[in-house]
Amino acid sequence: MEPVLSVRGLRTHFVTPERTVQAVDGLTYDLHPGKTLAVVGESGSGKSVHALSILRLLPQPPAKVMAGEILFRGRDLLKMPPEEMRGIRGDRIAMIFQEPMTSLNPVLRVGEQIAEAIILHQKVSKEKAWAKAADLLGKVGIPHPEERVHDYPHQFSGGMRQRAMIAIALSCEPDVLIADEPTTALDVTIQAQILELMKDLQREYRMAIILITHNIGVVAEMADEVVVMYAGRPVENAAVGDLFKDPRHPYTKGLLASVPSIYERKERLAAIPGQPPDLGDGFTGCPFAPRCPVVMERCSTQDPPQFHLKGGRMTNCWNAEDESEERSHRFETSRGDR
Amino acid sequence: MNDRPILEVKALRKRFLASKGLFGAKTEIKAVDGVSFSVMPRESFAVVGESGCGKTTLGKLVLALEEPTSGQVFFDGVDMSALTGRALRKLRRRIQVIFQDPYSSLNPRMTVESIITEPWIIHDMHKDPAARAKKLAKLLDDCGIAKTFLTRHPHEFSGGQRQRVGIARALALDPELVVADEPVSALDVSIQAQILNLLKDLQQERKLAYFFISHDFSVVRHLCTRIAVMYLGRIVETADSETLFNDPQHPYTEALLSAVPVPDPSIEKRRKRIILTGDVPSPLKPPMGCHFHPRCRYLKDSCRTQDPSLAEARPEHLAACPVLPFKDRRSNAALIAI
Repeated sequence: MEPVLSVRGLRTHFVTPERTVQAVDGLTYDLHPGKTLAVVGESGSGKSVHALSILRLLPQPPAKVMAGEILFRGRDLLKMPPEEMRGIRGDRIAMIFQEPMTSLNPVLRVGEQIAEAIILHQKVSKEKAWAKAADLLGKVGIPHPEERVHDYPHQFSGGMRQRAMIAIALSCEPDVLIADEPTTALDVTIQAQILELMKDLQREYRMAIILITHNIGVVAEMADEVVVMYAGRPVENAAVGDLFKDPRHPYTKGLLASVPSIYERKERLAAIPGQPPDLGDGFTGCPFAPRCPVVMERCSTQDPPQFHLKGGRMTNCWNAEDESEERSHRFETSRGDR
Repeated sequence: MNDRPILEVKALRKRFLASKGLFGAKTEIKAVDGVSFSVMPRESFAVVGESGCGKTTLGKLVLALEEPTSGQVFFDGVDMSALTGRALRKLRRRIQVIFQDPYSSLNPRMTVESIITEPWIIHDMHKDPAARAKKLAKLLDDCGIAKTFLTRHPHEFSGGQRQRVGIARALALDPELVVADEPVSALDVSIQAQILNLLKDLQQERKLAYFFISHDFSVVRHLCTRIAVMYLGRIVETADSETLFNDPQHPYTEALLSAVPVPDPSIEKRRKRIILTGDVPSPLKPPMGCHFHPRCRYLKDSCRTQDPSLAEARPEHLAACPVLPFKDRRSNAALIAI
């Protein structure tokens, strides 16, 4: 199956006179229709910056996409004229954010904000758009949608606001939904509701979802494919089952072992010692080397390439060299240029 | 071992007055509504609940930072509400607190050394320079803080390092009870594991009792031996950790546990989840009868009118649900068909 979205060698840096922060430095993956790809990482790993790069929502400067391609249905979004990009953003590729209160306009009625998206992309009358807004609110599970559509965001609870955000995102039946930590601000019982809703809607609309999260439990529940990021780089790409059963990168191993689970009481958690590097410092070799339990001499000097392993997985770790079938550089794009 | 509780809370209530609108009538919020429990020396006791359940207010009451509307807090047998001034300050020395956000709980103008040693000045302790230096060195060592940090300021550190400073400050006075309000929820998972391990080690070395406040069952399971679940200002269930996780006796606990995502896709794919409908009701207007009844899947007519109190489900296991025992109910462990 053709991927609906392909990211190839994406590099987004923040350039200021004092220093350059390599927020995303060589990211590659494919997203397939109807599937969920989770981008996992800790704060500062570049996962949100990558999402904003896809939608071209980063302020430039200081942000600068240094290289790479983002192919949506075969066309490079990074090279698209701004008017055309506006037609895609919110229509074909929609996004929901972590904090539903700050992403809704507090002085506009919820219905107005949903209708706005519909009118912008579908050229329908205001009445029709409001009627559709009420439909959508019902669809995302808000009771009495015909009345609630006239409410302001502050009259909604946190869970309802995230539902309203999802309604806006769904209004144009997008091909791709980018969800950036969609449940992080919510309580667990509400998180369970929202994740269930996202799964139902994905089935119905055959949407592809890019789920950005730091929550390993949410990844296990939602994802088909996973990209693990560390210090702006991908360290491992794999199907969700493979990743949890047999993580190949030492960072992924450490990350999975450090998560406490309600099903298992461990005497000690396997914490990863140390801290992630400062992305502005610039480093040679593998960014995980200073914290890595299986570090080798070459790790601190030589940047590991992407090793392609059996089963379509990839890892950026020198330890996987022996079993790799092929290697590529993480800056490589589909045309082979840098 | 001493079998007098280090902390005992009896029928504790805290009400706040909230006005509806600018001139609206005042309504009472029962933030903490008749809570009783006790914590033994060297025990780790957790209160778990979703936002707005009153767990943080409960923590403040225990620290005597808020005055209870009624009820008492006994610390080592002494009624704290009867104490004022010097006597209270002397007692407080034995109770310390670790806050959630290490970014806002440390004074940005103070060096790490002055942050950690300030409690000694306040309480007029360790004035001999040699003894003081020795004490400080031990504290830094125990908390995993490098000596070079002492002259630096909080902004130079990451969240995990700041939280270590916060912990060192809390332990400077050699407390017997540490109140920890969400101490790891602002941290990334790999750092969270470091801090959880540290808290566990410190508890053993320093014979601490923890009163842990959290929304995260996985974290609590790892650290705490006894757990109380709160909903809308009340404790709805309390039991030792293993029992609570394996055989919850309150429908809310059961739903909460089932909502927690598990970091294992093979479990996630098979597990049946209880999705609670609706939001947590406003504490301004809690439902009649059992507060949980509008969201409960075992609802009986009597639940709408009768307010249940905590009753013994088995020795040392209390639950506030009169529909007990659910003979036909599958326990949480059975919800995963492994």
